[in-house]
Amino acid sequence: MNMEIDLQRRKALKTGGGVGLLAIFGALGLLQSGVALAEWNKTAFSAKTMDDALNALGVIVPENGAASIQLTVPEIAENGSVVPVTVASTLADVEQITIFVDKNPNVLAANFTLPQGTEAYITTRVKMGQTANVIALVKAGGKFYRTSKEVKVTAGGCGG
Amino acid sequence: MGKPMKIRAAVKDGVTEVKILMQHEMETGLRKEADGTLVPAWFITEVKAQYQGRTVLETQFGQSVSKNPYLLFRFKGGAAGETITVSWVDNKGDTRSDEVTIAAN
Repeated sequence: MNMEIDLQRRKALKTGGGVGLLAIFGALGLLQSGVALAEWNKTAFSAKTMDDALNALGVIVPENGAASIQLTVPEIAENGSVVPVTVASTLADVEQITIFVDKNPNVLAANFTLPQGTEAYITTRVKMGQTANVIALVKAGGKFYRTSKEVKVTAGGCGG
Repeated sequence: MGKPMKIRAAVKDGVTEVKILMQHEMETGLRKEADGTLVPAWFITEVKAQYQGRTVLETQFGQSVSKNPYLLFRFKGGAAGETITVSWVDNKGDTRSDEVTIAAN
């Protein structure tokens, strides 16, 4: 009986400690992409606004990535539940690619960490509840770049 | 244990392209049944691809990723006949791991 309680307490302490540490690192902006991926970034994925999501990812002010990021999305999505998104970049040393949908309830869709040797070219599919901007964030050489494109959604993809 | 993934990998000009189709509901936790009850969130949170014991892609997903997630990426290296392992974990702790042999293109 006592042992069981003790184990649960340990588990709680362990979990709490981990999250706390992550929050501290995040707040200091020290969160390396490699470290961040060790644990699913709950704060970032629960963010309701772009500002909150960027903060949770440790992004201060991203540079304009319109020329250096190739974001491919359909202009009109007849089905918001399956919107193909391709992000590619000509920047050197791309470490991370992140995809957001600014009007979804949770704005952060996917975050990719690219080890050396993995090319800056990712395709995936996202859900869009309504017409919104798809935003691509690329981290290269320690700097963040951002670009976006609007997708007109004629039928939303979040059910209900 | 999750349902099997469909994975294709092919090497061309020294670059391996990997295409992954996962089978997963990817419930947002915001959808309601006809009777008004919320369908609990159930989605893949992490996907990892490994080649020769080396991680070639690390992914974190949120609820906005489509049902049956699709992923395409490319990495330098890889040779026909070698193996790539892809594994995912979802928010309920379920996991799935599948292997694919790289094909010549």
